[in-house]
Amino acid sequence: MTPSRREMLGGLLVAFALTPGVYAQTGGGEGSGGPPTTAPDLPGTLAKFPDLDAWIRIAPDGRVTVFTGKAELGTGIKTAIAQLAADELDVALERIDLITADTELTPNEGVTAGSQTLEQSGTAVANAAANVRLLLAEAAAARWGVAATDLFTRDGAVLDGRGRSASYADLAGMTSLAVRARGDVPRKRHEARRLIGRPIPRVDLPAKLTGLPAYVQDMRLPGMLHARVLRGPSAGTRGLFDLSAVARLPGVDRIVRRGGFAAIVGPREWPLERALHMAARSGWQAEDGRNEPGALPDSLLRMRRESQTIEDRRDEPDARSVRRLSARYDRPYLMHGAIGPSCAVALFEDGRLTVWTHSQGVEPLRGSIAGLLAMPAERIRCVHREGAGCYGHNGADDVAGDAALVAFAMPGVPVRLQWSREQEHGWEPLGPAMLAQLDAALDASGRIIDWRHQVWSNTHSTRPTAAGDLLAGREMVPPFPATPPKPIPQPNGGGDRNAIPLYAFPNSHVVSHFLPDMPIRVSALRGLGAHLNIFALESFMDELAAAAGRDPVAFRLGHLQDPRAAAVIRRAVRRFGWEGYKALPNRGRGFAFARYKNHGAYLAVALDVERVPDEGRLIVHRAVAAVDSGEAVNPDGIRNQVEGGIVQSLSWTAYEAAGYDGARRTDYDWSTYPILRFGDAPRSVIVDVMDRPGTPFLGTGECAQGPTAAALANALAAANGIRIRALPVARSSARVV
Amino acid sequence: MIELNVNGSVARADVDPATPLLYVLRGDLGLHAAKFGCGLGQCGSCTVLLDDRPVFSCLLPVGAIGDHAVTTVEGLGTAKAPGGVQRAFLHEQAGQCGYCIPGMIARAEALLRRTTTPTEEEMRTAMAPSLCRCGTHMRILRAVRRAAVARGGGIVDPAEPVT
Amino acid sequence: MTRARFLKFAGVALTIAVAALGLLLVIAHRSAIASVERPDPRSFDPALVARGANLARIGNCVSCHQAGGGRPYAGGYPIKTPFGTIYGSNITPHPDAGIGRWSRAAFARALLEGVGRDGSHLYPAFPYTHYAGVTDGDVDALYAFLMTRPAVRATPPANDLIPPLGFRPLLAGWKLLFFHPAPIRTDISQPAEWNRGRYLGETLAHCSACHSPRGLLQQEKRGAGAYDGGWSGGWYAPPINARSPAVRAWTPERLETYLRTGLSRHHAAAAGPMGPVTYNLARANTADVRALARYYAWRMRDAPAAGVEPPLPDRRALAQRQYPSGARLYEGACATCHESGAPMIVAGRPVLPLGTPLHEDNPRDTIQIILQGLRPPVDASGPYMPAYADAFTDKQIAEIVGYLKSRHGSGPAWKDLQKEVAKAREEGR
Repeated sequence: MTPSRREMLGGLLVAFALTPGVYAQTGGGEGSGGPPTTAPDLPGTLAKFPDLDAWIRIAPDGRVTVFTGKAELGTGIKTAIAQLAADELDVALERIDLITADTELTPNEGVTAGSQTLEQSGTAVANAAANVRLLLAEAAAARWGVAATDLFTRDGAVLDGRGRSASYADLAGMTSLAVRARGDVPRKRHEARRLIGRPIPRVDLPAKLTGLPAYVQDMRLPGMLHARVLRGPSAGTRGLFDLSAVARLPGVDRIVRRGGFAAIVGPREWPLERALHMAARSGWQAEDGRNEPGALPDSLLRMRRESQTIEDRRDEPDARSVRRLSARYDRPYLMHGAIGPSCAVALFEDGRLTVWTHSQGVEPLRGSIAGLLAMPAERIRCVHREGAGCYGHNGADDVAGDAALVAFAMPGVPVRLQWSREQEHGWEPLGPAMLAQLDAALDASGRIIDWRHQVWSNTHSTRPTAAGDLLAGREMVPPFPATPPKPIPQPNGGGDRNAIPLYAFPNSHVVSHFLPDMPIRVSALRGLGAHLNIFALESFMDELAAAAGRDPVAFRLGHLQDPRAAAVIRRAVRRFGWEGYKALPNRGRGFAFARYKNHGAYLAVALDVERVPDEGRLIVHRAVAAVDSGEAVNPDGIRNQVEGGIVQSLSWTAYEAAGYDGARRTDYDWSTYPILRFGDAPRSVIVDVMDRPGTPFLGTGECAQGPTAAALANALAAANGIRIRALPVARSSARVV
Repeated sequence: MIELNVNGSVARADVDPATPLLYVLRGDLGLHAAKFGCGLGQCGSCTVLLDDRPVFSCLLPVGAIGDHAVTTVEGLGTAKAPGGVQRAFLHEQAGQCGYCIPGMIARAEALLRRTTTPTEEEMRTAMAPSLCRCGTHMRILRAVRRAAVARGGGIVDPAEPVT
Repeated sequence: MTRARFLKFAGVALTIAVAALGLLLVIAHRSAIASVERPDPRSFDPALVARGANLARIGNCVSCHQAGGGRPYAGGYPIKTPFGTIYGSNITPHPDAGIGRWSRAAFARALLEGVGRDGSHLYPAFPYTHYAGVTDGDVDALYAFLMTRPAVRATPPANDLIPPLGFRPLLAGWKLLFFHPAPIRTDISQPAEWNRGRYLGETLAHCSACHSPRGLLQQEKRGAGAYDGGWSGGWYAPPINARSPAVRAWTPERLETYLRTGLSRHHAAAAGPMGPVTYNLARANTADVRALARYYAWRMRDAPAAGVEPPLPDRRALAQRQYPSGARLYEGACATCHESGAPMIVAGRPVLPLGTPLHEDNPRDTIQIILQGLRPPVDASGPYMPAYADAFTDKQIAEIVGYLKSRHGSGPAWKDLQKEVAKAREEGR
């Protein structure tokens, strides 16, 4: 079928809106952001890597290689980016080979974090592909002596509609892609898209569901040896190992030591795991001043702090208040809890080190390892290989440092170093404990006229940028210095992420109290401060709505000016059946809304929750959400992320709290830190994706954490009149009749 | 030398008979579907079938297996020709990071071999020993419900209908 | 014998049987108590309801009156007896399916005398032999508590008893023989806390219902044999008197910790039926749990470990020689959690020889823990052990059990382990 004239190149299209420069920080401010912007007129990471061949190469056999500096963490970006490339280029999806995060091959896009992959990399790839398609058409046009606007593309070839065609492979042979992208090349029109906007099945799932080696944990290289690191039971402890005895244990070929770092190496895994346990028999000791943050949350108030006002709005200084409300909300330290403990493979050969890692940031990791080994970074290659979901900065970087150290001591031998379950529990950086204090005033008409939000939190990023940020780096003698923690600035924020309300309050004042001292090792956990801040903000909105005698949804709509926010709220409540909901004893509905970071995806969610008396059991009967992620590249990918975020946030909010006793962390496995199991999963989850083609991609992966937490608390308050402000829910309401 | 019946074929491994099956599958037989998640029987990432029953391969010494049939996810289907449960999981796109999914597939297969008409409650209880951290629970349950129908049965009182 | 004489005998025998039946029916007859309108839940004093809630936790009522996957107090739980299965009834205040129309008097009669509202006798699986000692004030509190629960329309399955035990008037005969309620009098030589513990333990907590042996007709042994150990749900409830086989003393503090948290660092985690017991005690008044602990620690004051706590045996080499296959199985299936250096041991969970099962005179509890595993008894977090029923054969489990007993156990040797495992599987179903 001949495509219509209007799908041809050169046709009118809305030029792809540039993401504002301020949001184009790669890495979301969570650690190293990559190289500086050299082409600010170009969208996404094209601004830092404007040459097309950094993104796309076409081989003589017609296969298209696409490069992204981002990594597949289980969010489906491999599929989404391939969709973008394939559709914009007009090649079959199967012809795309996507190369992800590899310091040797891909553009440095910093860290895959902050829900910015599509915003940054997806935008870049889509535009680069559109550029390449135009270039190839222009090459064919030159060859045939016609105008490029007379040609069209299909399935990897340029055609003139009258019988002449030239394959991309052919044309690429004579066209250099080492040219700068143009920012004005239109993207494919919505009606012409084959892949973008469709729920294309994940390209990586078939392998993962049938046992093909897909994870870094599955890597097997010739001559590879296994390794386990020897550490105390948790961060803040050190093991008292009798290394000469350990070296004699069956299955231990050798011990690699450097300073306080020690790892056992051998040909088989299980003997090494037994050796780890036998080694642990000689005990451990605690480091002073660790693992005792004091009685939360009040201890946060007593810690050293650096305060910053991040919003100070006085639009109606004379507004008169008739009612004031105040509330405090808090959450404990939370685990990432990757289902597969962290793992890395490393090989040091001919003076070059290769590390296969599931780290979210191969570039900053490479720099940290370079420092650790006193090697030039150019001789180190970090390649991303998938691991289990990490949900932020977990043990992935540390284990890569561990593996690198061992490999460095054994040139020519590939080393696979795997953390045990208890090591992952004990040493991964936790999501920080947080406290928020909210105060607000209502006027006589029930409108919020004054809003104050204070939040206390550690940094939400200790992602490694130097050797001292890796555990191994701290075990060297002398230890490498750790990078001092810094707050992540707005508009992304760390502990203050989503502390600034999206609602239009005439007067508002938001202060972020940054706590630099970290008695518990902390770093970025999905959503960062948004989980607690939205939990607080949206719980407080319900409390204010109740004080004003208003329906919680109508109350919110009355304070919103963003039409997309209103649209997503209306869609969620309609789909939920908010108006017709009939409350039953011990059962209630709860609602919450947020726009992630105030510039990411919009999410509204309603829950129908029952609390069974005498059992303390929570039953989430229904969760219904509506999400606006801008242009939806893969709506099913969006649904998957939002469903997953809702269920994960239910687990965090209802059940989870990391433990410590002043000497060590007290969680070492799933028995000590239980997470939601199938019995507690909601009965039903519905996610409605509101696709807005032509609008910028909005980061989605973390948008559900905060609203779900608040919706749960709001539903429980409706169910039994008990307002929960201290998380987890299970602890607040334990032992209740 | 330990001889095992794995996915219908004889497999041999020269290992200490106390070695848990998981390490032999992954380290000696090149079968990577079963995963190391905890080594403690708490997470189910290592789940395989022993005859028709779900077991934690991280806690099953190879010397104990004898001639019982071990079935791993690789034995249920391939990427080109996925088995019934795998097809259902693919249809529902039941996976985010995917690490727990082979264990889920094995556990679902064991359930459906026992009964193709469990209640919603029985299905959740049967799947409960397997953990998912990404929150893919809804899709996994949808896949099990779909696979039950495909096998001639169906979940009784399903929380979500099979569409 | 001539036909005439035979007929005469038959006639006399029949007459006696009919007379006996008539007598039984007369003895058994209890009149129905008129049903009432379901009381308004708001009519009950909240303090009384809270008191009842506490007593219900101590009585562990919900364990027998809730089916897996069902609602609390809605019944449906199968109680297996040698005579068949009895299902716990719906004691929510549902007017039709539950006890919503029971007056306080009807409720009291059920609790204290084992007679239903309609006059029928209740099976002693409902331990009214214990509840007979509950005070009036506590009966009021329990009534208030139950009448304020959510009403659930649910009907448990019909009891499945061997005939003729479905004929309830026979229970009158049982009561004649074995139900002799006597009030519990304060022992003034003992402190108030002990007396409180005894009251709760002997009535609502009904500990001896599991921990005492039973006769042929399932009557609890009292007097000297009380608390000599018993059976429940396929598990063995060890003696909690001077014959306690525990190798560590059950002091009041340790027992209180165990009952309130489901774990004693000097013993083991609450397993099997003690899981739900500790789950509920964890939610009862601390002072009452302390009182229970006080009383039962007193009952065990003359147990061997109360005097001398023996060193923990670890006959590793011997056990390996006696049970080489068990040793290998243990190494691959158990050592990763249970051996020294394992994370949970490093964190302070008790080592295997501390637990009482390996010192009991029968292997049942050791076997059941291996077959069924353990769920955290009191909270979502806590000791957790996978089930091995699907992974191992009876023979393999017998090997492991033999190894464990040889390595860490004490007390009389265990015989016929493979048969014991098969029996445990059957009874734990």
